[in-house]
Amino acid sequence: MDFQVVVLAGGTSKKLVPLVSKEVPKALLPVANRPVISYVLELLELSNLKDIIVAVEGKEAYDCVEHWIVEAYIDRLRIQVERVPDDVGTAGALRAVAHLLTAKDILVVSGDIVSDVSPGAVAAAHRRHDAVVTTMLCSAPVSGPSDSGSSVTKDKAKKPGHYNRIGLDPTKQFLLYIATGAELEKDMRIQKNILCAVGQMEIRSDLMDAHLYAFKRSVLQEVLNQKDKFQSLKQDVLPYLVRTQLASEVVLNGVPQPEENGNEKASYQNNQEMLSQILANSSTSSFHELHALGPKCSLPVRRTHKCCVYIASNSKYCMRLNSIQAFNDINRDVIGDASHLSGYSFSAHNNIIHPSAELGSKTTVGPHCMLGEASIMGDKCSVKRSVIGRHCRIGSNVKVVNSVVMNHVTIADGCTIQNSVVCSNVQLQDRVVLKDCQVGANFVVTTGSECKGEALAKKEK
Amino acid sequence: MGAQKKGASRASEDPEELARLPLQAILLADSFTTKFRPITLERPKVLLPLVNAPMISYTLAWLESAGVEEVFVVCCAHSKQVISYLENSEWFSQPNFTVTTIESHDSVSAGDALRVIYERNVIHGDFVLISGDTVSNMSLTQVLQEHKERRKKDSNAAMTIVIKRSKPSQIIHQCQLGTDVLFMAIDPNTKQLLYYEDNADHAKGSIYIDKLLLADKSSISLHNDKQDCYIDICSPEVLSLFTDNFDYHHLRCHFLKGLLVDDIMGYKIFTHEIHSTYAARIDNFRSYDTISRDIIQRWAYPLVPDVKFFRDSSTKLERQGMYLVSELGQSRSAQIGPFTVIGNGTKIGDNTKISNSVIGDGCSIGPNVSIEGSYIWDNVTIEDGCKIRHAIVCDGVIMKSGAVLEPGVVLSFKVFLILLFLQVVIGQQFIAPSYLMVSLLQQPIKQNSDEKLEYVDNSTGNAEISSLTHALDISNGEIANQQQETQCWATSELGIGGAGYVWSICEGGHDEGWRHSVAPIPTEKLAEVIQAAEDDHDGSLPTSDSDSDEEPRDDSYFENEVEATFLRAVDENIKVENVVLEVNSLRLSYNKQTANCAGAVFYSMIKLALESPHNSAGELVQALMKVITKWKGLLKYYLSDIDEEIEVIMKFEDMCLESAKEFSPVFDKILYQLYDHTIIREEAILRWDDEKRDADASDRIFVRQAEDFIQWLREASEEEDEEE
Repeated sequence: MDFQVVVLAGGTSKKLVPLVSKEVPKALLPVANRPVISYVLELLELSNLKDIIVAVEGKEAYDCVEHWIVEAYIDRLRIQVERVPDDVGTAGALRAVAHLLTAKDILVVSGDIVSDVSPGAVAAAHRRHDAVVTTMLCSAPVSGPSDSGSSVTKDKAKKPGHYNRIGLDPTKQFLLYIATGAELEKDMRIQKNILCAVGQMEIRSDLMDAHLYAFKRSVLQEVLNQKDKFQSLKQDVLPYLVRTQLASEVVLNGVPQPEENGNEKASYQNNQEMLSQILANSSTSSFHELHALGPKCSLPVRRTHKCCVYIASNSKYCMRLNSIQAFNDINRDVIGDASHLSGYSFSAHNNIIHPSAELGSKTTVGPHCMLGEASIMGDKCSVKRSVIGRHCRIGSNVKVVNSVVMNHVTIADGCTIQNSVVCSNVQLQDRVVLKDCQVGANFVVTTGSECKGEALAKKEK
Repeated sequence: MGAQKKGASRASEDPEELARLPLQAILLADSFTTKFRPITLERPKVLLPLVNAPMISYTLAWLESAGVEEVFVVCCAHSKQVISYLENSEWFSQPNFTVTTIESHDSVSAGDALRVIYERNVIHGDFVLISGDTVSNMSLTQVLQEHKERRKKDSNAAMTIVIKRSKPSQIIHQCQLGTDVLFMAIDPNTKQLLYYEDNADHAKGSIYIDKLLLADKSSISLHNDKQDCYIDICSPEVLSLFTDNFDYHHLRCHFLKGLLVDDIMGYKIFTHEIHSTYAARIDNFRSYDTISRDIIQRWAYPLVPDVKFFRDSSTKLERQGMYLVSELGQSRSAQIGPFTVIGNGTKIGDNTKISNSVIGDGCSIGPNVSIEGSYIWDNVTIEDGCKIRHAIVCDGVIMKSGAVLEPGVVLSFKVFLILLFLQVVIGQQFIAPSYLMVSLLQQPIKQNSDEKLEYVDNSTGNAEISSLTHALDISNGEIANQQQETQCWATSELGIGGAGYVWSICEGGHDEGWRHSVAPIPTEKLAEVIQAAEDDHDGSLPTSDSDSDEEPRDDSYFENEVEATFLRAVDENIKVENVVLEVNSLRLSYNKQTANCAGAVFYSMIKLALESPHNSAGELVQALMKVITKWKGLLKYYLSDIDEEIEVIMKFEDMCLESAKEFSPVFDKILYQLYDHTIIREEAILRWDDEKRDADASDRIFVRQAEDFIQWLREASEEEDEEE
């Protein structure tokens, strides 16, 4: 009972329409033919964090996710799927599952992260400093892993500029300032007392909050109870904790108990890197303690708490599936540059073709491609940098470039699909041309249609 | 190897340049502040002794050792004293080191002084700008080279300032130099200075930094742990910038911040951090204390008392940082503690204890005196039993037996402190309370509006003479009666027979005394400050943002302008076309939409109608309609679109709620009239109604008021539809 993990799986995000539907909530969107949430769950499993609560919004989404998770993980993880009210924000979702939290520290992970940064390392950093909150930062996409993306995305990413403004201390261990969302439009507001206590603060715009937090449970519950207006972890809870770190209003329950983490150590031992990190930092005393000590006069000892960061190294991959663009990027990366994430072994041609898939004559499947089980392709087809799901039936002379085709899709002869997403059970009739399109589940694209930059979906009743 | 080669090729051009341009420095022999008053009324700050040598000699010695070849000393306040000091010193006769004095009587600020230099046209290349109260032992080679390299790449690199890691006290938000806390933002890669704030509002818990600073960089670092050494490497443009901007006075407040804010000219300022060498500027009594200590503790080596860099001295360093002269008239039973400097010809009596202090030349200190952490200048007489803690005692002061100086006291030149053993008003002994400043000169009553400037007036000389004679009078012993008549309050404060005026601490209020004083900060003050700082941050949640109130103000400006234009048009009966032209030009200059114009014009009409005499609401409506029909052309000009008509209705609504409440009962009538005069079309009214449908009840009062009318409109339009 050492770390509990809350995975915020969300529901059916509006941003991802028409990819998501009642049958396919956000958490189950396929990334290289696996639901996106499986990436997080397996990452947690690797760090030996097996006590997991998955919070899902909405009835249908809950049913789907629960069904899938029970089937896939029941024997491996202590996993519990909880339904939380709709539209309550991340903080609201945590409030809804708060009664289930019992461990000393809580790891909160967004269910849409595809990453290879070890959550265990974040947890270790959190424990090492006895922090109230530890947040994981990764490089913002501008210079980050998505460089492999098309030039269009790059320009787009550069224009909005920063995702976050983050103030760090010189040792890059503590979070001193964070600005997100609307605050980015305003001037930087730096608290003097924090700056004075640290002396030097580095403000970075090339880092991004990766939506992976470790909280001290008592503090988290207290903040959630007291500040009932807080909606979002990222925009309310975290900035609040950062702001008040030198004039703490939260009650820390005493000194850390060294005896308790016996089994925790056991789990650490297989990770040499982490151990050495702990040793290197164990003796540093932070400015928080100095500040709390104060002058020699008889003042009440000031209450401080620590907000820490874990900065993922540049070589690590970390993306959130929170937009259609991200969906395309992640799918391409997972079968391409970041192929180690997919968990599959690639063939000599750098692609994965399921043995049960059938290819017609003169059909080529290029590198960085994936073809799911029992899919059938006709003659003279060409697939480049794309993912094709299970049980698809693809006719002849079909071109698929830079696209994601989900399961049970029927593609008739002579279709061209470029930079598009085709959801499950879609039927493309003859000579359909799709460019930069998203086709929602069960949709039928009629013969000879040419679409560019459109979102096609069945009308919801 | 490659780098060396590069250096060699560069060196081939550089020596020429260097040969042509000897390294020049401008030394400001005036700090243009009043922090050292009352002492500086009589002697310029640069000549005040710092560990028994005038401050300016430290600066000159450093400049010479750092390879500066030509120094221009700008003398402003007390220029005669500075010049005569320099003439009698050996600075004029050094090889490879020219000192030129430039006298300026009308310079009241550093900016003025630099403008004087510019007019002289003596500076030909990059130069060092420094004030005569700076102590340093840093080497200039690296910073000069960095500056020159930057200049080659970017001719806008105007200045490089030297910064140093300070030893801040964690708590009081102030470094040990007594200056205010300094916040800087520096680009960690290029070392460019992006933000500089040295007198941030203490009351505010946060500083605001322009978000654009981060626009093209991935990181900036904010510093609170650095101190400004006030050593600047400047390009020649700096002088012309001062001349161009005649309102630049202060080097930091105006010039530096001016350049940082100004993005048109694009001048850049860079920083150079020194690590192992020393540099600091004496800004106030506290930094005087700190820097004196640093010198005694040899941080500023070779500028230490036992190295002969400016005068003949036989001072020797002994154990525990004691610097004693060889012929010391010291009693056997006197105890001299660590980190103390005793000057030539000083006599010290029995059982006297001195520690952590500097005693000047020719002092006579009686028996049983205790001196701790204090600065006693030359020729001071301290009689037996005095107690001095953390005080500054200037030349020629006489302290009669038993006087006690509490921490923070400053006694200016020739003050005469007496204690009588009789029952005097104050009690048995004279005790100078903390932070007291006493001078023979009266405190100027008139406060300059610009506190930073100490004006040089020629009358200072006269005042000095008169005060001197005055002082002579006193020391001649014509005490008691006459004196009690003239300065009875002074007497009561200084003990009977004492001479001098007590200065109240004016600058920044009494409260600030402790900040700048030589005395260590008292604990209770610390506690107070910390408490205050904490209170600050308790409720420091970001509340309403400031930019929300920015726009309405802009709006009302625009409206007022339009109103004024309109009224003039009514008065002078200007043609509609011309008014349109004027309003259009206003629209362009305030960057507004036509809808805003429509609103503003309508606003002015309502205002006009409101001013016309009226008894009942009905008359008001009539008055308004009269105005509107007369100026219909103007209003119609801006009502080409439905959106603009809606804007007018909304505007009217706002006004009925705020500025013109008289109209609120007749809202529906006027709306009908506007419709009737085809100023506002039916669609606009219906659209307005639609827009308001989901609004709060408070927002809908006027909709409800006009409900009948709207209903009628709707029915009418439906009928029309049916007809079609």
